[in-house]
Amino acid sequence: MKLADVRPGLALPTLTKPPISTRQLVQYAGASGDFNRIHYDEPFAKAGGFPSVIAHGMLSMGFFGELVARWAGAANLLRLGTRFKAVTLPGDVVTVEGVVTEVDAGAHTASIALTAKTQKGVVTLEGTATVRLD
Amino acid sequence: MPSESRFAGHVGRTSEPRAWDVERGHIRRFVEALGDEDPVWIDEAAARAAGHPRIPAPPTFATCLRPNDPREGLDIDWTKLLHGEQEYVHHKPMYAGDRITVVQRIAEAYVKSGKSGDMDMMVLVTEGTDERGAPVFTARSLVVIRR
Repeated sequence: MKLADVRPGLALPTLTKPPISTRQLVQYAGASGDFNRIHYDEPFAKAGGFPSVIAHGMLSMGFFGELVARWAGAANLLRLGTRFKAVTLPGDVVTVEGVVTEVDAGAHTASIALTAKTQKGVVTLEGTATVRLD
Repeated sequence: MPSESRFAGHVGRTSEPRAWDVERGHIRRFVEALGDEDPVWIDEAAARAAGHPRIPAPPTFATCLRPNDPREGLDIDWTKLLHGEQEYVHHKPMYAGDRITVVQRIAEAYVKSGKSGDMDMMVLVTEGTDERGAPVFTARSLVVIRR
């Protein structure tokens, strides 16, 4: 993105992902190396007090990465941070949104506020990103 | 007033370095799990057309480059663990073909009082460096251990 085209309040194109599947959680476990059983072993997750297996929080952080990298370019993402607020379950449809909060013309960077929500409107992640602008 | 963390004596504990090759097939499996269909992650020509010298690593790919664990041997109930926060600072882009060495340290340990009682908080910081020792990324994880 060009500095001249970016201003505070500008929204990034929203990204709505297909429903989370248990297959996807197994794929993510394998690719990421996070083999916590809570993400694929139903009895284990229920024993921990959850209604079913729960999605990796990092999966949704990956959706933030997809949203921001698509907008700013993979090499321009300088920082990505998130706070995990609520669990995401298989079947949930996650939507990620971003809005520019600040533009630093001197440094050629923009700050972005990020939110991930389920179809029920539950905020599952809140984040911030810093990107380099052309 | 929360007590001192029972992990306070382990702050500064650092894992043995671990080296990873950033592999194209690994990146492909990672973006397949995310459902991220941008061709730059899998197609060399698309990556070059987008200005990358090689296939770039996706934003949170650093999570795949797991360090050795500086918490090894600590008395932690792993079923009580929650991931509270995560941050990545990219000092420079990471590409397929890079060899990255990761080292993790216990940076902070403190007790936080919440609605459901005291919780043990631990901050883990992972540094990823390239073959010349130049910093590539810094990852900061806040881990919550429920009691």
